[in-house]
Order: sequence, then structure tokens, then C-alpha cells
Amino acid sequence: MNIVVCIKQVPDVSDVRINPETHTLIREGVPSIINPFDMYAIEEGIRLRERFGGKVTVLTMGPPQAEAALRDAVSMGADDAVLLSDRAFAGSDTLATSYTLSMAIRKFGSLDVVICGKQAIDGDTAQVGPEISENLQWGFAAYVRKIEDIADGNLRLERLMDDGYDILNVRLPAVITVVKEINRPRLPSLKGKMQAKKMAIPVWTAEQIGADPERVGLKGSPTKVWKIFTPEFKRKGERIEGEPRAQVDRLISEIRRLGIV
Amino acid sequence: MDYLLTEEQLMIRDLAAQIAREKILPVRAELDEKEEFPWEIVRVMADADLFGLYIPEEYGGMGMNSLENCIAIEQLSRACIAVSVTFAASGLGAYPILIFGNEDQKKKYLPRIAKGQSLAAFGLTEPNAGSDAGGIQTTAVKDGNSYILNGTKQWITNGGEAEIYTIIAMTDKTRGARGASAFILEKGTPGFKFGKKEKKMGIRASATRELIFEDCRIPAENLLSKEGMGFILAMKTLDKTRPGIAAQGVGLAQGAIDEAIAYARTRIQFGKPIISQQAIQHMIADMVTQTEAARALLYAVCKYMDSNPKNISKESAMIKLFATDTAMKVTTDAVQIMGGYGYMRDYPLEKMMRDAKILQIYEGTNQIQRNVIGLELIKEYAGKKEKISV
Amino acid sequence: MALLVCKEKCTGCGVCAQTCPFDAIDIVNGTAVIKASCNLCGACIEVCEFEALQMEQIEAPVSDLSTYRGVWIFAEQRGGVLSSVAMELLNEGRKLADRLGVSLSAVLLGHEISAQASILVAHGADRVLFVDDPALKDFNDDAYTAVLADLIRKERPEIVLSGATAIGRSFIPKVAARLGTGLTADCTALDVDPGKRLLLQTRPAWGGNILATILCPSRRPQMATVRHKVFKRADQDERRKGEIERRGLNGISLDLKSQVIRTVEEIENTVNITEADIIVSGGRGVASKENFAVIEDLARALGGAVGASRGAVDAEWISYAHQVGQTGKTVCPKLYIACGISGAVQHLAGMQSSEVIVAVNKDPDAPIFKAATYGIVGDLFEIVPLMTRRLKEMLEGTK
Repeated sequence: MNIVVCIKQVPDVSDVRINPETHTLIREGVPSIINPFDMYAIEEGIRLRERFGGKVTVLTMGPPQAEAALRDAVSMGADDAVLLSDRAFAGSDTLATSYTLSMAIRKFGSLDVVICGKQAIDGDTAQVGPEISENLQWGFAAYVRKIEDIADGNLRLERLMDDGYDILNVRLPAVITVVKEINRPRLPSLKGKMQAKKMAIPVWTAEQIGADPERVGLKGSPTKVWKIFTPEFKRKGERIEGEPRAQVDRLISEIRRLGIV
Repeated sequence: MDYLLTEEQLMIRDLAAQIAREKILPVRAELDEKEEFPWEIVRVMADADLFGLYIPEEYGGMGMNSLENCIAIEQLSRACIAVSVTFAASGLGAYPILIFGNEDQKKKYLPRIAKGQSLAAFGLTEPNAGSDAGGIQTTAVKDGNSYILNGTKQWITNGGEAEIYTIIAMTDKTRGARGASAFILEKGTPGFKFGKKEKKMGIRASATRELIFEDCRIPAENLLSKEGMGFILAMKTLDKTRPGIAAQGVGLAQGAIDEAIAYARTRIQFGKPIISQQAIQHMIADMVTQTEAARALLYAVCKYMDSNPKNISKESAMIKLFATDTAMKVTTDAVQIMGGYGYMRDYPLEKMMRDAKILQIYEGTNQIQRNVIGLELIKEYAGKKEKISV
Repeated sequence: MALLVCKEKCTGCGVCAQTCPFDAIDIVNGTAVIKASCNLCGACIEVCEFEALQMEQIEAPVSDLSTYRGVWIFAEQRGGVLSSVAMELLNEGRKLADRLGVSLSAVLLGHEISAQASILVAHGADRVLFVDDPALKDFNDDAYTAVLADLIRKERPEIVLSGATAIGRSFIPKVAARLGTGLTADCTALDVDPGKRLLLQTRPAWGGNILATILCPSRRPQMATVRHKVFKRADQDERRKGEIERRGLNGISLDLKSQVIRTVEEIENTVNITEADIIVSGGRGVASKENFAVIEDLARALGGAVGASRGAVDAEWISYAHQVGQTGKTVCPKLYIACGISGAVQHLAGMQSSEVIVAVNKDPDAPIFKAATYGIVGDLFEIVPLMTRRLKEMLEGTK
């Protein structure tokens, strides 16, 4: 099976703090990590290879430092890596990003599965996976929580729905996005880390993937960020003081007064 | 302090630390409580390629040496030395094969150990032979193409869980110290049984069992090296593995320091954190200085050992002695810093103090280590004619 | 568009670099240099005292967008029954349509569910586009994408809203990609600029640490998805009148690449937190799986559901179905009691629109207290069981 896993290098948003004066993000000292949901995608790709044979390539679109994320994925066991990097890609929204990734995916030749994480923890849109499937006109399933089998040119899988799950047959080649329930990502191995260190990772530019300049980067992004601000959580904020017994009584009387109970 | 490790050594350090943090730390209390063997973590370490660090590449290992092995043991030990001794003791069982095995033996056993598929163990100690290793009574009698083993080994780490055992037995009682030989033995061999699992003060997740040989027949090709080489083989093996125990001490001490300082920073008494009290600062200063000294000596001894000098007994004994005495003192002081909380089983420090004790006892008690150092010094200074000779 | 630095005015003070949320400005040789990661948000322009930064407008080719009219909502149905989110979208859609002076339409895909179409009219739809075909009875990515994209191409609405549900998040991005237009997911607020006919789409990013308002100025339709319970449901008024246009596939090629073999429902009462009016939630402070019983007891006493922070779910003390927050569920109950939850922004993003928020936490500085209506600084293992006991006593007393 030829598998491509799309990953993204993101800042560790759980570490991010807001500057209380300028209401902007404090980025110093925030480490860059592989988007946590992509770890499950990488692990699933490796497991598919272990089950059905083949090759796993990790792909990312990003600035040059995104290479570190690719190497981390190789140290887990991915066979190959490609970095898509070009000034022309700057300012891409999800439409432009998915177009760019699709053009790169086309360059790989015959593939069976493209795996993405459910969403990226910085953008949080969960749009790139489905948009790639549309660009490639491949079969698609979102929120896959288990891959049961591959048979007759179909992927049989479980897709999470709001009230349960569906069992789906998706025609190959297919794009899937995966959720945390699907597996537990492995740690890197020492041999993997060494291979990752040595590996030459090719950088593909817009020209190399034959991208239409009108469809990448800022030009190819219909959505624009107009404004950024910090959310404000303002509440009445009453501290109920006293001994636990008194605190509980006061709280209960309040929620009764409000008619909730 | 930066020890200017190579990139590969840093990779090993980071990977072992990640395993300690993500896989060992969350379960160490439960493993200790239930005295449960850490099989899942063994699998994680195997998948990470750690078991074969010191085994040459031609036998499926990573082709590295003592320093790399000790770096891994040190990081694992920061979380739990019951887990790190499981790892280190497998090395103890493998080293005799590595150092003294013939090509067939190395090809047969080392790859399995390197991949973490089979754990190894080393059997020397007996009920009547601890420090006095020469007093062992297990016999190996030649019978045609086999040897027949009879006797008991006591307190063997990984006993019952390991598949590959290197055993020291007497082949010729009349020759005294030259009368012992070393053998490779596999679990499941008829006549090879295990006694009960010991209930210990500490390192409770580590399996410690008796090995019982009752007319246990093993093929002659399982003899390591030649008859009579048993004690030499054992001593050379222990010389090699003592730094691993020292690494346990350094890691354990560091783990205790990290917990104690974190506590001292947040524990408010008399209106301020206790770390602002000089008494606490002095204790921590001593703990950290001694641990750093142990670490620096450990890395220096490993580097020296990896350069293959003729005799490393003195240095090996020194670091085992120093690092393990340090670990005992540091963990005890760490409990003291944590006060009442340090004594409670809900917090990790009492386990660390219980665990530390064994480090001063196994792989040669610290009293024996001092003997070794003393005797080596006598020999060394006998050869010196001048003062301040280099 | 591009961000330009006026070198004569720039003093290299670096305030812009510090302000930039994308780390896209460096000070090189005393002048600001804009890097590739610039997202044109304009935060730096506002803070530059020397007015050395400005946005350069590059004329982009814009086709005649004014021919796109109308606000559409995608009315999701499951098992032949409308999802509640459809009614919430109708509520918000009505406001937007009124301000733009256009009609509000609902798109319904399914089979033999005309009654549902009437419900949509009763909740405010001026028109329902009901595509009726057996192939559309159950959700299918390819079929729904083909039909909705085709409808949009033919009818040219200027705004299309959809629920950010499992179905919505699966196929709406495909529709947007097929149409080459912009989509903003998980909006928490919507507004319009009637003069420019722009939809202002506000959504959280960076794990909920910031809010961003997004525009789609030069493509149509402007598409957005909205999470369940972010907006209130529209009122039902049977007297409302509206057009129901029922049609077939009319030769739309579906090109199905997947097929549902079986649907499995997994709804438990305590799990369906998105519908609950009262939620008692546990976080890292609960400390263990066994201890969650304390939370469950209070939930039961109140007749509510059990929620959890991501920390508790990651520690495997409770299943992901209970997770509230940025990467979990959005809830908006009448009462949300957060026990042992610190109140990280990601969690607040999932429950901040609750009517009454109560926080119980040992740490007086926990951020949750800023978002809470009532705060109790204390040990949850004391307070929560006490609450449960008192509530039970009261219930006994009133019997």
C-alpha cells in the first residue's frame, strides 16, 4: 500500500499565553510540535503498512523549520518525507492549502490512502482533509475511528457520527481523517531517530508541483483574517465564602432562586 | 551541567527520558503496590531499540558502549529503578555471552536479547555464597555430551521472567577459585525450576526468584569459554556492569531531587515556601552537588571503560560505591525535606528511599567494593617509585 | 494585498514584532521586515506609533458578485428527523437575511420527509428546497456534496450556513472546495456588513486563545459552519407561510465512492451532554477514575449529565464522549458546575455560553473563577458530596 500522511507543525497552543496589554499571543519559548491529531494519522499509516505492506511518506506544507516535524514522524517509523515549502504558499487558507497538498499528492504517482489528522490545533478548522478529497475526486471518510479491513478495492471503516458511528465501505484510493480513538501513537525508536537524522528530505516548490499561481498562497485564499482579538469572559463572579456547609447552602439557595432546580 | 554528549548520546538520553516520563512515571506506584512485572514497559523499551545498545550491530544491536547504556539507565531510573534494574539486569545476563561467548553462542542468543524478545539474567549468588562468591555449591558435572547441574541460586533479578540465563557452577571443587565454570541455560529446560517470587523492601516491580537445578541436563556447547574460567568471567562481567548500577543511583537521586525541590517551592510554612529556609537550601545544595559529582565520575568511568584499558576494577568499584551511597543519602534527605508527605505512600518519595537501599547491596556490597578498591590501590602503589608520578 | 513597511518612517522600535501573533516581523538592521508567515491581520498597523506600516491593496479580479443573493441554511436530518441545529441556523439566518433584505431558504436533502419541510417553514424559512430521492435518505458525502453544490451553482445564494456537526464537517468543506469558495468553520458569532454585503464570521483559533473575524470578500457564496447550541433555536410559528419546492435529482451525477453498510447508535443518558440542561463536570482535580463517582452522584442528584475537561479524558478517567471544550463538545446548559477544572481557554470555549456557571476549585487563582457566576474556593471532595447530600435531603423533605 502506498500511503501519504499529511502533517502540520504547530505551536503548542496549550503553552500559549496572551499578552494582557496588547491582547496578542506570546510566542517566545513556545515549542513547535507535530499537530497532536496528526500523530494518530502517522501511527495509523505505519500500522496499515505493518498489516498490508507498502510505504508511508509524510508530507507537510510549511516554512523550512517544518522539516523537524517530518523528521519526528520518520523517527516513529515513516519511510520517507517531503517538505512543501515556497514563499508563494504564504498566507494560505484551507482552500489554498488543500489545493497545494493535492498537487503534491498527485506527484507521488499511484497512491492508495491519504491520511490526515482530524484538525490542526492552531487553525482548528478540520477542512483540509475533506477539501483534499474533493480536489483529487477520491473516496472520503471523516472522523475514522477504526479501519476494519481492505477488501475488493474498498476500505471498510468505522466513522464517528454525533450519536454513534457508521460502518462504511469507501472506494480506494481514499482520503481519511482520523480521531484519537483510532490508536495510541508509538514512541520513536532509536533506529528511527538515527534514520531521521540522516535522511535527505526533498523540498518541493510551487513550480515543481505544477501549481497554478492563482490558486496558492494569498491569491488562492478566498478567506481573509479581518481582525484578531482576545475573548473576554465576563461574569458576575461572586465568591461564596464561609464554611463548606454554609457555602453549599448558599449555592443551593441561589440556584433554586434562579429556578434551575 | 552540559557534558558535551554526542548527538547520538543525546538522542538516547531524550528517548529514555521520554519513556520514563510518558510510560513509567504514570504507573510506577501501581507496579510497586501490586509487585507487578513491567512487561508493557519492557515492550516499549524493546520497540525503542534500547535493549541492544551495547550489543554489536552484527548481532542485531546498536553497536554502542557503556556510556550510552548508562545514559539510558540513568534516565529510566529517574522514574523507577525497579524498571531500570529489569533493563540493566538483562545486560548483566548478556555480557558473559558478549565477552566470552564463541561465535555460535553469540549468534544464537545475542540477537534475541538485543531485540528485547528475550530477557536475560545472571545467576551467581547462592544462599551460602553472597559476598563470598567462592563459596558457591552448585555443581556442573560432565556427562558425555552434556553437563548436569544441581543446586540453587538465590535472589536472581529477572528470575522466572527471563528466558536466557548465565549461571556460574563448580565443575571441579578441588581447584578452588579455578574450579568454577559459566554456562548458558534457557528457561524451560527440564530440571530447571524457579522458587517463589521474593517479597522485597523495594524495587518490588522487579522479579527476584530462586533458581533451582535438579539434575538439569544442558548440552556441552552451552559452556562459556573453558572450564575453570567461571570466576574470572564473573568478575570481568561485574566490572563491566557496575557502572549501570551507578547509573541507577545517579538517576534515582536526580528523580528524588526533582520531587523534593518541586515540593519545597510550593510548601508554604510560616508564610513562605520552605525552600526559602537555609536549612532546606543547605540540604538541597549538598544533594545536588553530590549527585552531580556522581554523574561526572560515572561518565568519566564509562568513557575510560570504553577505551578498553587492561584493568577497570578499581574505577568500576569506585563509581558503584559512590553513586549508590549518594542515592541512599539523597533519597533519605529528600524524604526529610518532604516531611510527613514524604513518608506517605500517596507520594513517590518513600518508594524512592525504599528502592535506594538495594543499590548499596547488590552487584557486590559497598563493603566489598571498598575491599576491591583497597586491594587495587595496594597493587597500584606497589608499582610506584616516585611521589607525584603520572 | 500585502503589508508594506515605509522605511523612512520605521524606527526599528520593534513594537510591531512583539505584537504580531504570527511571529511574522523581524527587525533587521533597524528596520521591520515582513516574513512569509504574515497573515495580513493588521494588528501591527494599529500599534505602530510612526504609521510606518500599511496594507497595500492589490486589485484582485472580481466577477460580478452582486448577482449572488439570498441566505441559505443546510437543514440537516438524521433518520428522517431534523437536527436541532437546523432550527438554530434558521434563527440566525433570519437576522442576517433581514439585514441584507433578502430571503431565507433552507436546503433539505432526504427521502419522503415533506413534513420536515413544513417544520422548517414554521421556524422561519421563506423557502425550502427539498431534494427528494432514495439516494439521499441517509447521509453520503459524495451524494450530498454533488446535490448541494449543484443547487448553489444554479441558484447563486450569497451566504450558506451549515451546522458544524459530524455531517456538516464532513461534506461542507467538499462543497466549498468544489465551488472554489471560502468556508469558515465553527463560528461562534455571525454578523453582516449590509453595505458591502459581507458576512463577518467570528471563530476561535489557537485552541480558543484568540478570536478571529474572517471575511470572504471576493468569492461566493460565503460559507460558514456553526456548532450546535451556539445560537438559540428559532421559535416555531405554525402560522408562518413559506414555499416548499420539492424536486428530484434531475440528472445530477452522484458519483458515489462510499456506501454505508450499517449505522450504530450509541446514546446514553449521561453521555448526551449537548442536550442537557444541567451539567456537572470534573477536571484534573478529580484525580482518579474512581473519584469520578463523586461527580456522577451530584449529576444524578440534580438530574443532569456528566461532563469532563480534556485533562480528565486524556488521563482516561472518563470517556471522550463527555469531553467539553475546544476539541470536545460545545454545551450551553442552564447550569454548569465545574469541579476541579482550572478553566483553560480551550475548556471555556466549550461551555462559556452556559447560563449559570459554578466553579469549585482549591486554587483561588484558577482562571475558571473569572468565567464563573459563582465561585467556591475549596476542596471538591468536601463541597461536592456535601451538595449531593443537601440536595437529597431537600428532595426527601419536599416529598
